[in-house]
Amino acid sequence: MAQVPADLKYTREHEWAKVEGDRARIGITAFAQEQLGDVVFVELPKVGAKVTAAQTFGVVESVKAVSDLFAPLTGEVVETNAELVKKPETVNSDPYGQGWMIVVKLANPKELDGLLSAADYEQLVAGAGH
Amino acid sequence: MRYISNTPAQQKEMLGVIGATSIEDLLVRIPAKARLSRPLNLPSAMAEMDLVRHLRGIAAQNASAEDFACFLGAGSYDHSVPSPINHLISRGEFFTAYTPYQPEASQGTLRSIFEYQTMIAELTGMDVANASLYDGGSSLAEGVLMAHAVTGRDGIVLSRGVNPLYRQVVETYVEGPSLRITSAPLADGITDGDALKKAVTEKTAAVVVQYPNFFGCLEDVKGAAEVAHAAGALLIVVADPVNLGLLEPPGALGADLVVGEGQGLGVPMSFGGPNLGVFAAKQELVRRMPGRLVGATVDLDGRRGFVLTLQTREQHIRREKATSNICTNVALCALMATIYVSIMGKRGIRKVGELSVAKAHYAATAFSKVPGVRLRFGSPFFKEFTLQLPKAPDRVVKRLAKERILAGLPLKPFDRQYKDCLLVAVTEKRTRDEIDAYAAALAVAVA
Repeated sequence: MAQVPADLKYTREHEWAKVEGDRARIGITAFAQEQLGDVVFVELPKVGAKVTAAQTFGVVESVKAVSDLFAPLTGEVVETNAELVKKPETVNSDPYGQGWMIVVKLANPKELDGLLSAADYEQLVAGAGH
Repeated sequence: MRYISNTPAQQKEMLGVIGATSIEDLLVRIPAKARLSRPLNLPSAMAEMDLVRHLRGIAAQNASAEDFACFLGAGSYDHSVPSPINHLISRGEFFTAYTPYQPEASQGTLRSIFEYQTMIAELTGMDVANASLYDGGSSLAEGVLMAHAVTGRDGIVLSRGVNPLYRQVVETYVEGPSLRITSAPLADGITDGDALKKAVTEKTAAVVVQYPNFFGCLEDVKGAAEVAHAAGALLIVVADPVNLGLLEPPGALGADLVVGEGQGLGVPMSFGGPNLGVFAAKQELVRRMPGRLVGATVDLDGRRGFVLTLQTREQHIRREKATSNICTNVALCALMATIYVSIMGKRGIRKVGELSVAKAHYAATAFSKVPGVRLRFGSPFFKEFTLQLPKAPDRVVKRLAKERILAGLPLKPFDRQYKDCLLVAVTEKRTRDEIDAYAAALAVAVA
């Protein structure tokens, strides 16, 4: 069973969001990286770009698949993880830590209510997988 | 796969399985008035030797570059095709039109494509080339779509110096994604720099120039690169790689993408195809490239090997979000180019360029001495140039064909303002005798 930290919010597309004041740090879940396999490339938006909840903000590519990244929340990108360009495998080794992808300044914090709790997400992935 | 037609006995068996008594039973739903009630009006079958004689007779009506002095260009050129090419491509190991379906099992084919990509990257001055696309026109159209994907912008500024047939292909391709094309006009045969600046905006995805352009003239590629990059757009350069042994590579002049027709690299004209679509890009754009890419790697034991790489760009993995719907390459033509470049080498390709330029300039001087004939543009040209004639160019072409000279391409069908113009190409194959004969015949034709 993949790890699902209790202090994060989740999407049905397997992204997580961690609220940090008026911002949220965003990445993909341990379950997502397990399903993808070895991540070889991550394409992220530029700082200053606007992302919209439930719309794509980037692409993650593994040796066997390519997936769109969906923004859990709407806002402006204020930070991106440049380390992932050099070491995309960090997404596999530390999906909730060093493998974070972007930080978004929230345009509409109410959107957080629409995201899944850790318990809800755990239930979702329990019914998925191989 | 066998191509043996089925026997009456087999037909009867198959019909029996589905409960029909004759093939006619399968067609009853087609209304009688929509069906032909008599046999097709076709001659009866011929014996092989009669058929060969018949087809040879038809083929003899063609004006082939084998029998004529060919001054036709405009995208397909009568460059020399060294004889080893045909011998080598005919080998069973190589003789295929496509990238293989089980690519890694065909190391020889992948190796040859890898070498092709390396040669194209070196000639164009770019970091990475793909395994080839269909032809110059489709390569340009793919480049335009890629610039749109990379920049997220919808505007394309196309110089009027780009081959008008390629411009038509681009127009067709961009209809789906609804990109807007703006034409940049020419001044004395090359893209007007001031007009180009005005045409490029913050919505421009790419600026496209051809080098040398359709009319044979040498564009200011550096200037176009500055204009494009200042607006955050990509510069796409259409180039003929056989010229790039002598001309400065577009990559060194600021091109982000180099596309074009590679037929000049040892591929016979074959009355217009199959051709060789060249496509090369800067490293940072590689994940947006269309088409197949061969990469070098090592196996478990550290031995060098070749694979199809970055396949996640492609349709079989990325489906509707693929960078392109091209899933193959023109493997045989790319192989011809690889053998050609290997045979010619650095010096050989440079020599082809030097001879073509020298002969083209000798011809331009000789032809413009004919009374009433002049060079349409004053801008420097490479192996092709535009003549202005005092008589209708299509008539002049017909007259010279009687002397077994293919005089060039009348430009009237492409643009009314060039209705008195003829586009003339001169490759290293043309001899002084042929050029002098052309000048003499031209003098008679326009007198």
